[in-house]
Amino acid sequence: MSTPASPVDFRTRLQDWIPKLVLSPSLAAMLVFVYGFIAFTVYLSFSNSRMLPSYDLIGLENYVRLWNLSAWWTAVGNLAIFATLYISICTIIGLTLAILLDQKIRGEGVLRPIYLYPMALSFIVTGTAWKWIMDPGIGLENTMHLWGWTSFQFNWIKDRNMAIYCVVIAAVWQTSGFVMAMFLAGLRGIDNEILKAAQIDGASNWNLYRRIVIPLLRPAFLSAFVILAHLAVKSYDLIIALTGGGPGRATELPATFMYSYTFTRNSMGIGAASAVIMLMTIAAIMTPYLYAELKEKK
Amino acid sequence: MKALSITAILLATASPILADPAVEVMHFWTSGGEAAALGVVRDKVMADGVAWIDAPVAGGGGDAAKTALQTRIASGNPPAAMLMLGQNIVDWANEGLLGNADALATAQGWDAALPLAVQEFTKINGNYVSVPTNVHRTDMIWASKAAFDKIGASYPTSWAELNALAPRFREAGIIPLAHGGQAWQEAYMFEAVAAGVGGAEFYRKALIELDDATLRGPEMVAVFEQLAQLRSMVDPNFPGRDWNLASAMVINGEAAMQIMGDWAKGEFTNAGKQPGADYACIPVPKDNGDGFVYLVNSLSLFAQTDPKAQTAQEVLASAIMDPAVQIAFNQAKGAIPARTDIDLSALDACAQQTSHALAANDAGGTAVPTFAGTHAADAAVVGAATDAITLFFNSDMPAEDGAASLADAIAAAL
Repeated sequence: MSTPASPVDFRTRLQDWIPKLVLSPSLAAMLVFVYGFIAFTVYLSFSNSRMLPSYDLIGLENYVRLWNLSAWWTAVGNLAIFATLYISICTIIGLTLAILLDQKIRGEGVLRPIYLYPMALSFIVTGTAWKWIMDPGIGLENTMHLWGWTSFQFNWIKDRNMAIYCVVIAAVWQTSGFVMAMFLAGLRGIDNEILKAAQIDGASNWNLYRRIVIPLLRPAFLSAFVILAHLAVKSYDLIIALTGGGPGRATELPATFMYSYTFTRNSMGIGAASAVIMLMTIAAIMTPYLYAELKEKK
Repeated sequence: MKALSITAILLATASPILADPAVEVMHFWTSGGEAAALGVVRDKVMADGVAWIDAPVAGGGGDAAKTALQTRIASGNPPAAMLMLGQNIVDWANEGLLGNADALATAQGWDAALPLAVQEFTKINGNYVSVPTNVHRTDMIWASKAAFDKIGASYPTSWAELNALAPRFREAGIIPLAHGGQAWQEAYMFEAVAAGVGGAEFYRKALIELDDATLRGPEMVAVFEQLAQLRSMVDPNFPGRDWNLASAMVINGEAAMQIMGDWAKGEFTNAGKQPGADYACIPVPKDNGDGFVYLVNSLSLFAQTDPKAQTAQEVLASAIMDPAVQIAFNQAKGAIPARTDIDLSALDACAQQTSHALAANDAGGTAVPTFAGTHAADAAVVGAATDAITLFFNSDMPAEDGAASLADAIAAAL
């Protein structure tokens, strides 16, 4: 705007400074409360902190103990099952619903919010509601028995081998509508001309979606994956409300593990180590995503 | 439950600064009976001219309050007193953060008034750092009189008798044992069985001294065998059930018994049931000598520098130990007074019986501190042990494997 020779007028200088001034408080807050505490947690994970934070470093001992704990392996195994099923089922249901809703059907305006609505609930509400629905004594099984279908059985939530799938059911119910909305937005963004051209060339509906629409939805898939993956890794409230980590700790996830070791079991060092592992997991998911996004912009 | 604690922390960190002598009391007694009980102490403190600042942190059986306390300590702003349990008191005392009420204790003769069991968790390194409000007994059976009348049985006095009752209850269409399948409830059930099957001596060696040989020994296997018996007495719907819903099953006669600490009495009282006429509160069978598993509730005193604050703290301590307050407090809370030297006639039959049992077991050296309530061992050990216990109770693992996995879990947490 200004040339070095002429004096810079006040307005221009202000315009340069205002964005920086406005952003600086939130930047400072972010530095302290996000990155500062991440650094603090990493430090604690190398210290001998038990009930209160301590600053005596003990090297990798917390990590060694963490990976020797069967409870941690259970939590990690549960996360693998939960994340895989949650992400894939949500994506499939979300995509299917989006494609069906995209058929220019009547009443779309009514249907769309109905599918999207569960997202407005907190995981605590979802967890509590599904706890009742899946409880054999008062929920679905009991209702079926009252209706006369006495051989009906659905007691997964009481079965320690199946309870983790109950968590998947509740989480999928909560989020697949949101994934649908993301795909729907993606579908609406596809140029109609391309689709018309393909139809004129005689492509069947199946081929149209398989070869043109779904490949064009790549950014939507990527966003859905990143959002679902981090939701899965940080899942805490759903577990607490739905199963409380039971039966017999069969549905503990890394987040519930982290809380109980840090705050209720006087093992802050191990809790911090598990938090660092969780952060690294999320980072491993996010870094390729950010890299791909930034590369595309160039 | 724990998600609520985040809000609780935020609320708890606001502490008003008052010029008048005041005590700020942090606690997790928010349910009806508990709040009423603390109200008795508050009224006494306020009558003695000290302002009461209430800092409740609900949820998690004290876990949330503990988190809140940790943040307050970290920011250098401890409350005057805080409700805490067992080893936590020892930990905080060892951190050098607790003050004491020794002068008052000497003047009022606390040593004579309190059983040794209670002193163990209030008098740390010779100083009264904590003032006890009440004692809970955790090894109790709550039995439905109607259910026992229906099969014409008397209350069990040995584990063999109890096990023999189960098929008879089943035949009569009654669930033998009401149980809430949450990890902490299974831990309390475990300690009741450990004291009942193994006896006080075994309990000390295994759960206080954490002796590896005892933890893997035949007595521990016998404890797990009895746990497996109990596992076969519950209904299939037990996982995740809250303890008070299990109590309700006994209250309405759907189930015959529940093994639970004496806080369950509140549920029976609220349902309008009378001890003796409608239900029985009996200690779990003791096959190997007498025993009494206790949990002490006490308010720990944080060190104060201001002499005015110290005086206010003494008023609080004195109020808690007041005999009339101890009785009224425990009428509301449903526990027994920490003092065993006072007139108990105002309490109900259950509480009187438990209080006499405490005095007798204390004298006989068979009173043992609760394991599940982190009196016997550190929270890290109890947490690891609880994992092993709940895993055993929710599977069909053989008793030998249960004992081995418990010993392994405890060894890993040490």
